[in-house]
Amino acid sequence: MTDLTELSLAAARDALVKKEVSAVELARAHIAAIEQARVLNCFIAETPDKALAMAGESDARLRRGQARPLEGIPLGIKDLYCTKGVTTTAASHILENFVPPYESTVTANLWRDGAVMLGKLNLDEFAMGSSNETSYFGPVISPWRRPGSNMKLVPGGSSGGSAAAVAARLCYGATATDTGGSIRQPAAFTGTVGIKPTYGRCSRWGIVAFASSLDQAGPIARTVRDAAILLQSMAGHDPKDATSVDRPVPDYAAAVGTSIKGKVIGIPKEYRLDGMPAEIDRLWGEGVAWLKAAGAKIVEISLPHTRYALPAYYIVAPAEASSNLARYDGVRYGLRVPGKDVIDLYENTRAAGFGKEVRRRIMIGTYVLSAGYYDAYYVRAQKIRTLIKRDFETAFAEGVDAILTPATPSAAFGLGEKGAADPVEMYLNDVFTVTVNMAGLPGIAVPAGTSSEGLPLALQLIGRAFEEETLFALASVIEQAAPKLQLPLRWWA
Amino acid sequence: MPVDQATVRRIAHLARIKLPEAEVPHLASELNAILAFVEELSTVDVAGVEPMTSVMPMRMKQRPDVVTDGDIADQIVANAPASEDHFFVVPKVVE
Repeated sequence: MTDLTELSLAAARDALVKKEVSAVELARAHIAAIEQARVLNCFIAETPDKALAMAGESDARLRRGQARPLEGIPLGIKDLYCTKGVTTTAASHILENFVPPYESTVTANLWRDGAVMLGKLNLDEFAMGSSNETSYFGPVISPWRRPGSNMKLVPGGSSGGSAAAVAARLCYGATATDTGGSIRQPAAFTGTVGIKPTYGRCSRWGIVAFASSLDQAGPIARTVRDAAILLQSMAGHDPKDATSVDRPVPDYAAAVGTSIKGKVIGIPKEYRLDGMPAEIDRLWGEGVAWLKAAGAKIVEISLPHTRYALPAYYIVAPAEASSNLARYDGVRYGLRVPGKDVIDLYENTRAAGFGKEVRRRIMIGTYVLSAGYYDAYYVRAQKIRTLIKRDFETAFAEGVDAILTPATPSAAFGLGEKGAADPVEMYLNDVFTVTVNMAGLPGIAVPAGTSSEGLPLALQLIGRAFEEETLFALASVIEQAAPKLQLPLRWWA
Repeated sequence: MPVDQATVRRIAHLARIKLPEAEVPHLASELNAILAFVEELSTVDVAGVEPMTSVMPMRMKQRPDVVTDGDIADQIVANAPASEDHFFVVPKVVE
């Protein structure tokens, strides 16, 4: 085998079981690739010693014929997941030196199944951003470039480190989280596959909270099958998260490649935005044609409250963030900046510890929850959320199995290109993804083509609650039908 | 302009974030831009609509009211910026 890092997760797993390669060899290949890719700034913490120790244990199990589902597979972990004994920063100065004494449930599930940890991946600070430019540890640089240009592009966000590391072959897959599009948008920008499962499918316990009614964990991987394999291990009931759902986890990988004949796919007319680039519209049309050719039935549907989803999100998410982030007080953990009294200590600590975007969102959240504004903003936004969810329920009740939309309104943009003058410009990136979080539904982004500039573009499929299997089946049809995406050459190595 | 400079100072204090005076005008305009963006919501007819409280309908689970954790004071204060004998140390609160 020439380059082990080029394998898919599924292929690496087969090679391990057939003893064609050892887990330690896989870990070493990735550790070397990560060292060569530091210019991309994907990792906040590299854990090569831990990776080699875990891989050694995996090799012992493989020798004994006791391989677990992810035995010896090296993964990256978004630095929002608490990892016992390994710094967990949420890409914030305020948690720069935080070392959790416990393990998040989702990562514990991955280690239970034999996966190997390569390190902690960069993200937007507290997962607030769509370009990975708000990280205290600096932006992630996308492995993608426009042909003939060396301009630095963003990988998307907030799971920018996860998406970039997977696209750059620094790990076979990565954990990510999605509050308004933070798995699907970076997956779309980097030509990778990202699924946000149904709310409640993965435990949120031990994941640094942003907006608890919207946050959901999920994987980013290079193929639909790899994403299915990872979700299989990540998902499951957890008594420690009261919103985690107690229902069996299906065999997601078995759904990949199954027939979609007769599936009804809704095309929501409200997603056809004014001024949408022609190439996005064309990509969407190709997706329709591919699904139709595979036997799906295409119907036009209406989701009338779509346009209100993003504004309502920018009330609900900051409101929950302002409550969740109240815990960073400079007393129990994290940064402390002294003050003349305890209030002064809080105010100094939070001013120094939070970056600009986080401070802005806490302020908005505090405002919409404050006396006199709570009903006008927060309660109204939660009512609109009910309407958004009802739109989807109506479509599903009329027989629609899944909904096809573009994943993002454009391909990746340059560093510093968006949101500098007006924060709302950056927020518009999530226009197609945020509705899914508001309704708690599963959504998957799958590569479907390239832009006129040669950058990846993706389509999104939205499913019924807990019907991730349908999404994997449909996404694999698109994956097979779309032109094969060549991942970027290693210009950074 | 729903948010004036006095309001910005009040919100910053409620959020316990120290705000240098020089940043107030700029932050006021950013907050107003975001509030202008969400203003569209006031046009939606929400009469008779229940506000969402749980995105997935589920019964809140209960568990026996027993201690399931504890005796980990060392771990709890391990990340504290200042601690003494398993207490968090803060500036004097009561004179």
